[in-house]
Amino acid sequence: MELKDLAVLEADALAAIVAADTPDGLKTVEIAVLGKKAPITLANQTLGALSVDDRKAFGAAINATRSAVTAAIADRRTAVVESARRATLEAERLDLTERLAPELPGTLHLISRTIRDLEDIFVGMGFTVHHGNEVETDWFNFEALNFPPAHPARTMHDTFFLDLPGTDGRRDDVLLRTHTSPMQIHVMQGQKPPIYAVMPGRCYRVDTPDARHLPVFHQIEALVIDRGITLGHLAGTIEQFIAAYFGRTNLKVRLRPSFFPFTEPSAEFDITCPFCGGGGCRVCSHSGWIELGGCGMVHPNVLRNGGIDPEEWTGFAWGFGIDRLAMNRHSVEDLRVFMDNDLRLLQQF
Amino acid sequence: MRIVLSWLRELVPVTASVDELTTVFNGLGLEVEGVERIGEGLDGIITAQVRAIRPHPNADKVRLVDIVTASDQTDTVQIACGAWNFAEGDIVPLATLGTTMPGGMHIERRKLRGEWSNGMLCSSRELGLSDDHAGILQLPAGTALGQPITDALGLTPDVVFDLSVNPNRPDAMSVLGVARDLAARLRLAFTPPKIIDGVVNAAPSGVPSTRGSITATDLCDRLTVTVIRGVHVAPSPTWVQARLNLAGMRPISNLVDASNLVMLELGIPSHAFDLDALVGGRIGVRWAGEGERVTTLDGVERMLGTQGTDGVITDGSDATVGIAAVMGGLTSEVSDTTTNLLLEIAHWTPMCIARTAKRLNLRSEASARFERGTDPEAIPAAAARFVEIIRLTCPGATVESFDDIRPVAAVHHSVGVRTDRVNLVLGTALSDETIAGLLAPIGFTPTRTAPGHHDVVIPPWRPDATAEIDVIEEVGRHFGYDNIERRQLRTDLVGRLTPQQVDRRRVGDLLTSDGASEVWTSTFLGDDDLTRTQQRSDVVRVANPMSPEESAMRPSLLPGLLRVLGHNANHRNPSMRVFEMGHVFGTPRPGQILPYERDQIAVAFAADGDDARSAVCELDRLIGLLRIVPAAIAVRHAEVAGLHPTRSARVVNTGTGFALGIVGEVDPAVSQVWGIERRVGYLQLDLENLLAQPRRSGDVASFSRFPSSDFDLAFVVADSISADQVGAAIRDGAGELCQDVALFDVYRGKGVDDGSRSLAYRIRVSAPDRTLGDTELTAVRQSAIDAVRAATGALLRA
Repeated sequence: MELKDLAVLEADALAAIVAADTPDGLKTVEIAVLGKKAPITLANQTLGALSVDDRKAFGAAINATRSAVTAAIADRRTAVVESARRATLEAERLDLTERLAPELPGTLHLISRTIRDLEDIFVGMGFTVHHGNEVETDWFNFEALNFPPAHPARTMHDTFFLDLPGTDGRRDDVLLRTHTSPMQIHVMQGQKPPIYAVMPGRCYRVDTPDARHLPVFHQIEALVIDRGITLGHLAGTIEQFIAAYFGRTNLKVRLRPSFFPFTEPSAEFDITCPFCGGGGCRVCSHSGWIELGGCGMVHPNVLRNGGIDPEEWTGFAWGFGIDRLAMNRHSVEDLRVFMDNDLRLLQQF
Repeated sequence: MRIVLSWLRELVPVTASVDELTTVFNGLGLEVEGVERIGEGLDGIITAQVRAIRPHPNADKVRLVDIVTASDQTDTVQIACGAWNFAEGDIVPLATLGTTMPGGMHIERRKLRGEWSNGMLCSSRELGLSDDHAGILQLPAGTALGQPITDALGLTPDVVFDLSVNPNRPDAMSVLGVARDLAARLRLAFTPPKIIDGVVNAAPSGVPSTRGSITATDLCDRLTVTVIRGVHVAPSPTWVQARLNLAGMRPISNLVDASNLVMLELGIPSHAFDLDALVGGRIGVRWAGEGERVTTLDGVERMLGTQGTDGVITDGSDATVGIAAVMGGLTSEVSDTTTNLLLEIAHWTPMCIARTAKRLNLRSEASARFERGTDPEAIPAAAARFVEIIRLTCPGATVESFDDIRPVAAVHHSVGVRTDRVNLVLGTALSDETIAGLLAPIGFTPTRTAPGHHDVVIPPWRPDATAEIDVIEEVGRHFGYDNIERRQLRTDLVGRLTPQQVDRRRVGDLLTSDGASEVWTSTFLGDDDLTRTQQRSDVVRVANPMSPEESAMRPSLLPGLLRVLGHNANHRNPSMRVFEMGHVFGTPRPGQILPYERDQIAVAFAADGDDARSAVCELDRLIGLLRIVPAAIAVRHAEVAGLHPTRSARVVNTGTGFALGIVGEVDPAVSQVWGIERRVGYLQLDLENLLAQPRRSGDVASFSRFPSSDFDLAFVVADSISADQVGAAIRDGAGELCQDVALFDVYRGKGVDDGSRSLAYRIRVSAPDRTLGDTELTAVRQSAIDAVRAATGALLRA
């Protein structure tokens, strides 16, 4: 064998390597060109017949050829494995839009979600959360809250009574709470001040359903009792709360003197319309303000009824309708849509 | 309370704009619910006469009207008009071209179905004068043509504020009281209506009255009787009628109108009797007796309450002639022939009046004021003012007598007010002088008894003010809530939800992630809902429901959820899962007054493929979520009302046997009532009980480093044996090496006898200190097989 034969061998081997297009085919070629019976391997056996110098030169040439072929096989193997992997993957190609109707998660009710949002903000402000019963006695719903019997303020609460004998057998005693305020008394009876509490819940008033009123509705009540609490804190806290809830600063609260038997001074509070920032929009009827709820300093009689000394402690309370808030925030035109629980509505929550 | 601006201005010289006044009223707690601008925007509206009426060639409901605006005008102006209530010759208001109506509409020459209309004929409502939109306003014949409508109607532009008056502000139920508050806030002079002296003079005290008496002193503590002779019925002067109209009361006659005018102005209602129709010419005040009736002014016979509930006015024969402070009686009403009056003005105990007005559902302008409390000291002035008004139409009217029956002398209440308390509640830093300066103009008379201490005399028109806090509110109101500096809370308390509140949320989150949507249904159910779902009928009832369908307090969330599924099935969305967390109500437990109120969660599974098993599966997921000890809760087959009798169970605490809920499938007969045609899995749990179940320890348990081994066992089990029983037996038999027993296949059919099924379990075992060998595994396996046979009689499937 001569050097030129070696060159032919190398050229043939490289051609065979390039021609191999599968890992198995390449393996066969590898055995054919580098195996024990391969011409290049066999060429080594001819070295013994050569002169020392020739042997050295020819041996080096054989090794060079062998290296080149080996390297070519390695290169080719990488390519062939990669292309085989490609082919496999290609065979697994999926149309990712070709999927069956997905089973979506359900949704929390809008009211429920709103209650959670509100609770979370108050928790962040250092408050605890209290849930109470919807059935109360007259004492908790009215009398302890400084509504004397036959007080005109009671006429503002059209009350559902239950057909049950109440305290001393009275038939007008067991009632559906008309507001969350009886929870003020329960919380005061349950813990000593300082009290920083919120109480969301379902309330009831005899009211023909319309776009903005349902006889079954939801309120949230906030109660703070501590030393040195003032009307200024009340206003400041509402501002702090609405900034957090609506996620924007510079919302102002406006207190308008009002009357609730269980607070004094009492006020209704409006907030800068969070939807237009006070510039006027459809939600606020272009007034720049939204009426949110009622508030005031806890009346000394109410503190006393809750077992708290009004000379030592002062406090404020405020509350508002959750349904109305959700309605404003989520552009619900008519609260009555909540009564059907239509899936097409629920799925939007 | 409708406050007429021109009237108000007689008492306080306000010049502020309507918008400014609105702000001031709101700031005083007199919420402005509406503002009406009377006679404004009527500039382009003049009187016109209808000359001819012709049909519109292209429209049935519109006619063409030819009008003139001067009697000598020859060329008529054509108007297209849709109203039909007038005839040729009538005089009507015409909005001329270029006019902007009170409602904002701009009047332009326009074509209506091809015919020109050169203006608009107006209804009373379009002029902003009343709600009457029945047709075009018609003016009296002879009204001069072409004059401004304001002149023709004698209208002066005015503004009416509709104020919402809170129960603690009886004083603001009058022009007088509103003016006083406004004057104080705006620092303006306040001029009460001038009452001419000497019109009424009380008889010397100690002389018993021959005209009136009070038997019920707990009902009435001051009764005045004024006898006025020489009156006759006539229309009131125009200005009186105009004021009453603007204030929202209908003018009737001079005698009635005078009473109403005084009430609106001074806040003191009165009642005029026809003296000659009143037996004995005298009145008395007493409580109504048992079964007493009276026919009130409105012609309705009213049944009065038992002793001590309703006050009445009686005549000289002790017969009832009116319901005290609420409504007069028919028999002694003033009539066209009345010539002598007995005017009754009294001061009543507010609560008594409120009770009667509510019980009889009879609220009048008078009772609204008496309920809140009137000013007993203003009564003589009111009587004098009444006489003054009457004399406008009956100049010869004379006051014969004025009897003032007052068993108890007037008391002037005062309360102590501390400056530091004022500042503590309001968050202000007001001085003694500032506080006094804010109170005096509204009639709260302060005397400084010591630095920081005031003795404040409460004015008689503020009966609601009885304590220091009431006075503090007045200080705050007149200082202005907007002027109070905002402060932030600085609490060192940590806010957090209780573990139960957190868990309640997690339960809702799990259900939503399992595809259930939360709903809120009404707490009220009807009897149909109860019978359809086979609920017990001894539920808590609403005494005054809005409808029979809303008369029961829900004992379960099931009917509400079925209604939701039915509604959605009806709207082509039958496939859904819904849940609700809400209160349910049972009759009071022994010794309790309040109903048995529980926080419940219920889930209805009606997605494709759902049935009772979906519900049980969800129960297991809840148990897992809440880390409840699995062995603490068992599902015990039972027939449950409303549920499928062979696919229902109670969820019980295995320790106490106490049921905390139900699980299964809704009885198909029940769901079909709501139009639900598919299987509905149902899970209902008492939330509080669920969250109170024993939980797995919060400590992390160690697990074996050595490999575990699994083996499968399939048993042929009679249908009467529950899978849970088999699983429990395997667990028992496998002993403490057993890590998990999981049912993975249920087979019924060929090779398994009828009445049985094959249940296949995968059991995982491991030991803490070694890898289990074959011998040990075989022993465990056999022990499990033996235990199942012993407990249930089931054999390994061949």
